[in-house]
Amino acid sequence: MTIDTTPPRIKKAGSANADVTEPVLRVEGLEVTYYTDLGRARALDNVGFTLNSGEKLGMVGESGSGKSTMALAMMRMIKPPGRIEGGKVIVGGTDLMSLSEDGMRKARLNKIAYIPQGAMNSLNPVMRIGAQMADAIRAHVKSESRSSIEDRIARALRSVDLDPSVARMYPHELSGGMKQRVCIAIGILLQPNVIIADEPTSALDVVTQRQVMETINRVQSEINAAVILIGHDMGLMAQAVDKVAVMYAGRLVEMATVREMFTDPKHPYSQALISSLPNLDNKGVFQGIPGLAPSLLRLPKGCAFHPRCPYGQRELQSTVRPEPVILPGGRMVTCHLYSEEGHAHD
Amino acid sequence: MTTTPMADTEPQAIRQPSNLTLFLRYLRRNKGLAIGVLILIGLTLFTVIGLLTVNPKQAYPLSVALKQPPSLKYPFGTDFYGRNLLVAMVYGMYQTALIGLLAGGIGTAIGVVLGFTSAYFGGWIDATIRTICQILTPIPVLLIQVVVAGSLDKRDVTILTMSIIVAMLAWMGPTLVVRAQVMTMKERQFVSVAKLSGVSDMGIIFKEILPNLLPFIAAAFVGQVFSAVFASFYLAILGLGPLREPLLGNLIWAAQNQGAFFNGWWWWPIIPSCAMILILGALALVNMGLDELANPRVRRTE
Amino acid sequence: MTKNLLEIRKVSKVYQRGLLSQKATVALKEYSLTLPEDNPSILTVAGESGSGKTTLAMLLLGFITPTTGEIIYRGKNIQSLEGKDKLAYRHEVQAVFQDPFAVFNPFYTVDHLLTVPIKHFKLAKSGRDARNKMDEALNAVGLRPEDVLGRFPHQLSGGQRQRINVARALLLKPRLLIADEPVSMVDASLRANILESLRNLHRDHGVTIIYITHDLTTAYHVADNIVVLYKGDVVESGDVESVIRNPQHNYTRLLVDSIPWPDLNKKWGEPLKPRETV
Repeated sequence: MTIDTTPPRIKKAGSANADVTEPVLRVEGLEVTYYTDLGRARALDNVGFTLNSGEKLGMVGESGSGKSTMALAMMRMIKPPGRIEGGKVIVGGTDLMSLSEDGMRKARLNKIAYIPQGAMNSLNPVMRIGAQMADAIRAHVKSESRSSIEDRIARALRSVDLDPSVARMYPHELSGGMKQRVCIAIGILLQPNVIIADEPTSALDVVTQRQVMETINRVQSEINAAVILIGHDMGLMAQAVDKVAVMYAGRLVEMATVREMFTDPKHPYSQALISSLPNLDNKGVFQGIPGLAPSLLRLPKGCAFHPRCPYGQRELQSTVRPEPVILPGGRMVTCHLYSEEGHAHD
Repeated sequence: MTTTPMADTEPQAIRQPSNLTLFLRYLRRNKGLAIGVLILIGLTLFTVIGLLTVNPKQAYPLSVALKQPPSLKYPFGTDFYGRNLLVAMVYGMYQTALIGLLAGGIGTAIGVVLGFTSAYFGGWIDATIRTICQILTPIPVLLIQVVVAGSLDKRDVTILTMSIIVAMLAWMGPTLVVRAQVMTMKERQFVSVAKLSGVSDMGIIFKEILPNLLPFIAAAFVGQVFSAVFASFYLAILGLGPLREPLLGNLIWAAQNQGAFFNGWWWWPIIPSCAMILILGALALVNMGLDELANPRVRRTE
Repeated sequence: MTKNLLEIRKVSKVYQRGLLSQKATVALKEYSLTLPEDNPSILTVAGESGSGKTTLAMLLLGFITPTTGEIIYRGKNIQSLEGKDKLAYRHEVQAVFQDPFAVFNPFYTVDHLLTVPIKHFKLAKSGRDARNKMDEALNAVGLRPEDVLGRFPHQLSGGQRQRINVARALLLKPRLLIADEPVSMVDASLRANILESLRNLHRDHGVTIIYITHDLTTAYHVADNIVVLYKGDVVESGDVESVIRNPQHNYTRLLVDSIPWPDLNKKWGEPLKPRETV
């Protein structure tokens, strides 16, 4: 006798086909500054983008480029000495920045879920998996009956290809890949509109990595959420996402579909990233990116990338900050090469 | 194709504020540590200035007028035996500090040596030391101290013997703490790299591990000083200290003996008591403050 | 008769669980390998966690002892080395580890990582000579000495720290270098630089490198030969071109298929079936 274990698709209010045109996530002008003993660090500078339901966005950049800060800012989890200075994060029509503390707490996990880096190592070692998941539900939903909570847990576990009996186990009884899938399950417990996964596969070996990425794909299509994958491995992005956003020194320098990014990157930094990728056909060829990423405490004047840019010798780059430009086709680039001032100077 | 490093036009050196500035800013956040340190500095100044200015003879009986309340001549008054309490306090604090530092130092030193040996060499050495610690720890320290101090001939009880009595059951804590820290630290990768760089076992203990333990050792030391000072107080209050010396505890014991409160000589027990509270409180604050400093996860951010 | 740089003779490492338990974990099962001295090469040892690759590194560095079998370095068993031979072994067999931060002693500046081996292996005749050698090694990995020397590890980026680790290897010019996941904790954009430094070390100074990883992409680019481990056993071995382009064993095929190539024409196939059952 076979039991149908496919979880029923729960339609969220307003998530019907009417919302095809309205993006489920819209970020505008997000700014975050850290006030440290050594000065002010501009961690996020006027970051904005949109994402539709069912889309996967890969966010790449070096350490310190602002990708994790962006996730934390969207969840309003920035702690002192950091501060969100401005911007909007509109999920399913509600601006998260305008919510009260209580409202935001309800929005977390419900509307927007965050799976942090190293989540699998942060599972409580002395609590059973099921208890931790129940905790997560109760923290963000006013009142749910016990059986309803158990239902959600079982459903979430099945979505990530784990048997519901895992709920009775302790984290140390699970492998790395299984623990990471538990973290994904926690993220989808309340079927949010947006899921942010920060380096979900960084400590995992290559086969488990593929499994986890495939799991994320599957849960996304089940609940039709938008997924933001933060990482620095372009190879994973090529395999897993629809759109790619490149972060550099706190700014979003380019955003395009994955095909556009890999075949025709526009921003010089993206170009350098793509050409440094190893491939089966160029064994032995190593091409890194010269120079070092700037410290956020001492950003270069003008364009943050200009000291390392092969086209960055003109005065414009060192004095004026480039603004995001929308190119024909919908892709976005923050670079003087494509801006009006840039062309005016030619 | 080789990668050539492009000249970094971005200057690497971010002007770091001086260590003193960072420390003072930290003190502002960690008010407990700041207050504790201030009180200790105040008490030290009192003692040091006192030692330089007052006449030591006045700390001993029959040197000044008896039973005088506080006045300009005798700011802390005098007691039944004719001791100038101000002078007695100065010397009492000096001796308390001596006992604290001596006993604290002995306890910490034993702890460091045994803890290191136990953790680094492991095996039966570790098992032996650990078992001894575990057997001795539940022993009620107060009782043993009282019994030992009480059975000594009154003339043999000096500052030195008091320090030994206090330290003899206090070293187990630091030993276990140091052992635990060394055990984690010897698994750290920088120890492996040191081995690969040719460093000997001794070199690893002294040059690689020990410097990283200084915060813990300092915290253990303060804790030891605290217990030593506390022990010296209660032993002295019970009349088991070196009775001739103007130890703070002794003063209180003597005052109680003579029924100071009933006779209206309130200044005699009260003033040393206040001093004790200040000392213990300051030490406790510094202890907690150091705890926070050594354990960055507890640190509060601005 | 040519001497061999390294001979691993049927080395097994077994961990007993508890004093009386019958259960044992076999970390490495009868592993054998010969590396000639006159023909340095780069060998990749690939496998997931639990495959035994880290155990192999620890055995080769002498940090753990084999349960059975022997490890012979330049003709002598490493367990029985003494005196000058032991010092030579320590000097000539070096490592670059995975975590760029953990190898630094937080109490000292990063210089400590370089000055300590210079002192113990007597690599320099004077302070000035030592400084020159350090500068040379740092320049070779693309760092400017004035940018990194005198600083504490937490003041530098992960990429800089790992490059200093490689500089240390350059400074010591070992005969055998164990590189245990040297780039997995480094940003993808910096990996090329570090891998190239390792390759240069091999090419210019004849260093034999054992490159341990689970990332076949980088393994393909760096290594000549490959050994694939699974739960302590060798599953496949050979030159890296043929093994990756044409894997024979099922497990190797699984590994190669799961490589996330940054190439839209080389996407993963059908989703994998779940491998772990509860």
